[in-house]
Amino acid sequence: MSATSTAVVQRDRYLADLLNQATLAAEGSSLSLASLRATARALVQERTFPSNRDEEWRFTDLSSMLAVPFQAAPTMDGATLAQATDLLQTLTLGEASGRVVFVNGTYAQDLSTLPPAVQVLSQTGTLPDELGQIQGGNEVFTALNTAGFTDAAIVRIGKNSVLEQPLQLIYLTMGHQLLVQPRCLVIAESGSAATLVEEFHGVGASFTNSVSEIWVHDNAEITHLRLQQESTEAVHIGKTAISQARDSRYRNTTLNFGASISRHNIEVYQTGTQTETTLNGLTAIGDKQLADTHSLVALNHPHGVANQLQKNIMDDRSHGVFNGKVYVPQQAQLTNASQLNRNLLLSPKSRVDTKPELDIVADDVKCAHGATVSQLAPDELFYLQSRGINRDQAQRLLIYAFAMEMIEPLSVASLRERMTQYIQQWTV
Amino acid sequence: MINPDAKTILSVKDLHASVDGIEILKGLNLEVKAGEIHAIMGLNGSGKSTFSKVLAGHPDYEVTSGTIEFNGQDISELEPHERATAGVFLAFQYPLEIPGVSNREFLRVAYNAHRKARGEEEIDVFDFDDLIEEKTEIVKMNVSFLDRSVNEGFSGGEKKRNEILQMALLEPSLAILDETDSGLDIDALKTVAEGVNKLATPNSANLVITHYQRLLNYIVPDYVHVMCDGHIIKTGSRELALALEAKGYEWLLEEQAVAS
Repeated sequence: MSATSTAVVQRDRYLADLLNQATLAAEGSSLSLASLRATARALVQERTFPSNRDEEWRFTDLSSMLAVPFQAAPTMDGATLAQATDLLQTLTLGEASGRVVFVNGTYAQDLSTLPPAVQVLSQTGTLPDELGQIQGGNEVFTALNTAGFTDAAIVRIGKNSVLEQPLQLIYLTMGHQLLVQPRCLVIAESGSAATLVEEFHGVGASFTNSVSEIWVHDNAEITHLRLQQESTEAVHIGKTAISQARDSRYRNTTLNFGASISRHNIEVYQTGTQTETTLNGLTAIGDKQLADTHSLVALNHPHGVANQLQKNIMDDRSHGVFNGKVYVPQQAQLTNASQLNRNLLLSPKSRVDTKPELDIVADDVKCAHGATVSQLAPDELFYLQSRGINRDQAQRLLIYAFAMEMIEPLSVASLRERMTQYIQQWTV
Repeated sequence: MINPDAKTILSVKDLHASVDGIEILKGLNLEVKAGEIHAIMGLNGSGKSTFSKVLAGHPDYEVTSGTIEFNGQDISELEPHERATAGVFLAFQYPLEIPGVSNREFLRVAYNAHRKARGEEEIDVFDFDDLIEEKTEIVKMNVSFLDRSVNEGFSGGEKKRNEILQMALLEPSLAILDETDSGLDIDALKTVAEGVNKLATPNSANLVITHYQRLLNYIVPDYVHVMCDGHIIKTGSRELALALEAKGYEWLLEEQAVAS
């Protein structure tokens, strides 16, 4: 057998092991999702675990995972609960109504206060029709999640209802070598508006594989802040899939700071005219971290507006990856789309791979894109130094400014403050 | 104001400097005493902007020989921030925009760097706010500019005012104004010049770098130097600037050619 096919067999086996663990976890949960699970399992069985030979995974090497047999998470014990309680104290959002906490993929009732808009699948038992229905569900990690998630947050914002207070969902991954699969479904009914804060934190070298599906119906508006601040030993693969109906507005800010390897797939599918989509992202990594953002904005109707700004800061030997797809087919006339990816490399060993991918067929559209890779501008540094600020402090000021462009607009003040402090400490 | 007994602030001797291996300054000599205003004029490419950057310590410029003494100390090996806290201030021809850094924060960090260098405690945010708002009056700047990003979206005039505001705050003993008049309408020019004049003290000096004598109607120099090909070819009084305005540079270059 050739070396290549040995590697394929190894990856196939590894994925089968992950699927077994996912199935074990699913069987241990009280959810009855038989047909959804069976379809997802079949999808995973058809696939192999990704390698750098797959175009979608060209720059993000998952081979280090192959040595780690991630296991379905056991029931939370007292020590984990205590640890989770401590961690949660640092994550308070003063403005939020309630707090929904999942520990290792399972709803933690003792740590949560459910706001009226949120239900938990393990408690209601009623499977919403929308679950698992947004496009892109056949991607291998999304299917793995569907095959094995043990609980799900169901957020439903009623017709014309406007939630003033943000909803906070916290997913904690606590422990070593665990396979943790958080799941969330958001349904913003027509004319509704809400702010959603999703946070991923944890300790230990585990694998979090999350899926969040968000339906933004006619004229609804969702502001979504996603923070990934997991343990720097962890692997994080996350999917955020959004379906946007006519006249809806979706604004996302994703902050990627944690994990040793992280990948965020954010996919927006337009299902009606005149939608507005804003995707903002900030990645700030160091050491040997790898952070990959793959975005897709699939327009399908006229008069859509989509703006994207992804900023990445790479220090030490870290590696950033950005791939931004924007599809503007013939029927999506009068689309106005922009995409900008700005990268700041702070060390000679840091690296970024950036690939804007615009596929524009419609001819009456405005589309702009750009990608920049730079180090700190020497002239800006000199300007600050010429005012008495030493080089080190000048660098910190410039990095801080680069990052804060994404933090300052955060609409939830207490999160903005927490993130500002994080950036201040990170730049020291 | 010329006072023969004043102490020497800047003494440049036989200064040679190059960028990317190309020599730009070729034996420049200049002495500036406290209380004096010196103008350096010259055509584009004569080396006058290079001279200002060399004085401030821009890393792209290498001093290959000669000395720069500032208040009796050789500063040619000092880092830019060390020259700044020692009292050298360069008002940039093209002040940089720094998105994301608030002007107020930038000014406070710079001011505290100077205090720290003098062994003084850092000033707190509230005391600083009082101080800086008082200084904005010198350049007639609206305080709202303090809360915008440094120079971002500022007009040419606003950027130059912001430079003079920094000078007012940092109180340098040598201020180098590099083409401060470029891009300014006459009102902005007057405001900026008034600011510079208000800040003049018997213990500090100004070095004004300009193509045109227009600015020198408002900041009146004690000495005018003409630079050509990396060194000073003629030094005179204010009348020299007026003659340059009336007759251009050619006669001077010809005179120079005849002399050599």
